[in-house]
Amino acid sequence: MKTARWRKILGWIGLYALWIALTLFTVLPIYWMFVVSSRSRVQLFDAPTLLIRSFYIQNYTGPLSDPVFQRYLLNSLYIAVGNALLVTVLALFATYALSRWRLPGADNIFFWTITNRMAPPAAFLLPLFLLYTQVFRIGNWTLFDTQIGLILLYCVFNLPFAIWLMKGIMDGIPVEIDEAAMVDGASQWTVLWRVIVPLAAPGLAITFILSLIFAWNEYLFAATLTSVNARTITTGLAEFVTVTGTNWGQMAAVATISILPALIFLVFVQRYIVTGLTFGAVKE
Amino acid sequence: MRSNRLGWLLLSPSLIVLFIVGFLPFLYVIWVGFHDWNIFAATRGMTWAGANNYRRLVFDQDFLAALWRTLVFTFTVVTSELVLGFVLAQTLTRQFPGRAFFRTIYVLPLVVAPIAVGATWRLMVIPGFGPIPYFLERWFGIQYRIGTYAEHAWATAVLMDIWHWTPFVTLTLLAGLSAIPREPLEQAMVDGANRWQVFRYITIPMMMPVILTVVFIRIMDALRVVDEVYMLTNGGPGTATTLIGLHIFRVVFPKTDYGYGSAMSLLVLYVTIVMCWLLFVALANVGKQKA
Repeated sequence: MKTARWRKILGWIGLYALWIALTLFTVLPIYWMFVVSSRSRVQLFDAPTLLIRSFYIQNYTGPLSDPVFQRYLLNSLYIAVGNALLVTVLALFATYALSRWRLPGADNIFFWTITNRMAPPAAFLLPLFLLYTQVFRIGNWTLFDTQIGLILLYCVFNLPFAIWLMKGIMDGIPVEIDEAAMVDGASQWTVLWRVIVPLAAPGLAITFILSLIFAWNEYLFAATLTSVNARTITTGLAEFVTVTGTNWGQMAAVATISILPALIFLVFVQRYIVTGLTFGAVKE
Repeated sequence: MRSNRLGWLLLSPSLIVLFIVGFLPFLYVIWVGFHDWNIFAATRGMTWAGANNYRRLVFDQDFLAALWRTLVFTFTVVTSELVLGFVLAQTLTRQFPGRAFFRTIYVLPLVVAPIAVGATWRLMVIPGFGPIPYFLERWFGIQYRIGTYAEHAWATAVLMDIWHWTPFVTLTLLAGLSAIPREPLEQAMVDGANRWQVFRYITIPMMMPVILTVVFIRIMDALRVVDEVYMLTNGGPGTATTLIGLHIFRVVFPKTDYGYGSAMSLLVLYVTIVMCWLLFVALANVGKQKA
């Protein structure tokens, strides 16, 4: 009896030790980045210490007052918000159609949308680059290096995910509710805006936030399909590496800024992240 | 009552967008892959090349090496993450105070931009002020230099990927574990099965669909890793950590060899599909035998 109890206590201690260690392992690299962002060049090469005794704010004010960097940040904001809005609205329409109509071939269409997300981006860099610079052009205007170009492009991975996520939510709203509204004389448009949207609002918010984070985080397409005007914060962060004599403190500051949106929404999205990343195949 | 026309009308914007940015590039890459097309070449337009680009690829040592490296990388990280993730998911099936807190913190790496993941790990291992080389040298006398030693760069890349993606594997498996009905487990315990037997003959087979999903997604993602490694080591030292995505990115764009690059891209896509398919068949068979 006594040994069983000791065993149980040891089990709990082990469990907590494991999870505290894991938490430290998870947080440490990000915390270290923050620490580096608080130090000047000279302070950095002292012996590593995890304490923040003074804050070298110039690492943040430097990039933030630089017009180039401001533009990167604004571009990221426009593109992420624009893409998230577009994706959420398109997914709302698409899943309303998929859930409420019996369209011929709807299952195949649904599956086809997902395959778009599975393709490795490296395989699509080149064709997209060519399409954006050479093929989709009106006179001298191309989609290359434009915000709208990236907003459209990010649909390739965000829209399939949004459709998956919204499909489950849409199917969860009983058809009887919209039928009742239609008996009362509402048109299908009215049903969509007055009945479905309010009921699906939490799901729409999650779709919006996750799309926003994914679009904000994207690097590879942004790096190849922009040159000057539409560069985003992630490409700005990567540019620090190529410059000789990297200013590590500033790089850490920019990296910290770049993960802020994700940090802000972390608590809201953490329950949906698995559904989001498994294309809805595994629900929590 | 519901006209199909409105249904199609609502669905069509999504389909048009996906067609333009998803399907059209796919068709285009097939078309370009059969051509010689180099912006800096003497003949500037596309000329038909048949399967020449693919013939060239099969003997391209750099390409094959990068592909092999990517396969090894994928195998290493996916195996480690699956084993680690399963153990951690098992500990999370119990309710304990602080569980919600640990879970939230643990999601953190998943929402950080891959490029920022590369940046954080680079800061961890910079010789001179990164804590990892500093303490390794101080306590164990190891000279940890990711810019000099290929193995160190490789180990850091693997560790970084494990840090980044184990939470995803853990939480997905946890979602699967929580959905397993309790009765068969309890029945087996009553019948005198020990924990290992329950795990081996009941939990694993019942978890097979979720395990397959996780492995499938992780393989797809690991095969296309670019951002993190680009930021961490820039593919170096030498080509020690040049994974296939980075190889395409670095070889094709400066050289503007579009036809060859398209063929390369398509082959990578093909390898990804074949890998996933093979794995699916293999694991599905294993699952059937054990069940």
